Amino acid sequence: MSLRTPLGKVLGRGSAKQGVAHWWAQRVSAVALVPLTLWFAFQVVHLPTTDQFAVREWIASGLNPVLLVLLVGTIAWHSALGVQVVLEDYVPNKAVKLTALLANTFIHVVVAFAASYAVLRIAFTTLAQG
Amino acid sequence: MVQLRLPENSRINRHGKVHKAPAGATNVCTFKVYRYDPDSGENPRVDTFEVDMDRCGPMVLDALIKIKNEIDPSLTFRRSCREGICGSCAMNIDGTNTLACTKSCGEVKGAVKIYPLPHMPVVKDLVPDLTQFYAQYASVKPWLQSRTPAPPDRERLQAPEEQEKIDRPSACILCACCSTSCPSYWWNGDRYLGPAALLAAYRWIIDSRDDATGERLDALEDPFRLYRCHTIMNCTEACPKDLNPAKAIAEIKKMMAEREHT
Repeated sequence: MSLRTPLGKVLGRGSAKQGVAHWWAQRVSAVALVPLTLWFAFQVVHLPTTDQFAVREWIASGLNPVLLVLLVGTIAWHSALGVQVVLEDYVPNKAVKLTALLANTFIHVVVAFAASYAVLRIAFTTLAQG
Repeated sequence: MVQLRLPENSRINRHGKVHKAPAGATNVCTFKVYRYDPDSGENPRVDTFEVDMDRCGPMVLDALIKIKNEIDPSLTFRRSCREGICGSCAMNIDGTNTLACTKSCGEVKGAVKIYPLPHMPVVKDLVPDLTQFYAQYASVKPWLQSRTPAPPDRERLQAPEEQEKIDRPSACILCACCSTSCPSYWWNGDRYLGPAALLAAYRWIIDSRDDATGERLDALEDPFRLYRCHTIMNCTEACPKDLNPAKAIAEIKKMMAEREHT
């Protein structure tokens, strides 16, 4: 039992003085994903064939590797922000929440770097093979 | 995970009492009313009351008062003005938070199900404990804060268009229909201020006579206090005064983004 006043409980430790950056990043990444996703979907649909050779050629050609790295990076960023909100909403236990939030960040960073590395590796090996 | 089931002692049991309509009643409306008495030590139950609508006013509150007067005097609920201006009789009727005094029984198809406002501690029957809700309202400092002394000979003046901005938000009656309809408020009501308190905050943020706009925004800039709002819009849907707390919250978020980015 606590005899702290209701107002004291509501005021708690005060405002964290942040939240705008997260809100803004969520929207900016969403806007960035619109052209990137449209470009990706259009390109995939218009691949002449979907065998490994053709796809590798496509990944390596022109600005495609740059756009692909941007796409996976933005998806991971947007997803990390979104999953963070879900965890904050639904996990009341502080220790579990903190662990889940850290895992969320790490997993998204690992996925983003691994996917970018895969794109670049395919691009460079394909170009090296001529 | 968040607790989805009610705690053991809050689950509704099957021992609800049935009060039949008097013989000869032709226009019968059935009311299923949530009953909980903490002193009894029993779990909540749902009682069924059949009311002769030929001998009852049209609104749900009329029926509740008739039930209390003539059938079961232990039925407990808050009410005062019976015309939608005091906000006392807010409850969940037919699945929607609204005021019993402005909700007509005829609008409801089938039995009228009446529960207290969702996800609040229940004091008794249809009376929820709104202590935290009122504290959240108080926390946004719902009063004029000005560093400018008032003119000695008159009120603080406001242009008509400045008054118009606060006209609608000022009409909030603090019935708590909005906040208690919000899933974000259900899960994180201890830290998220909820639509009612944020609408009140907005009403003072945009008041042209107030000099504390910056401090007010500072106090709200918090992942939980403000940003738990995910624009679910239940608040606006529920508001019995047709106000738009969801838009007010969106405006607050916009003002914060503008202050930082433009």
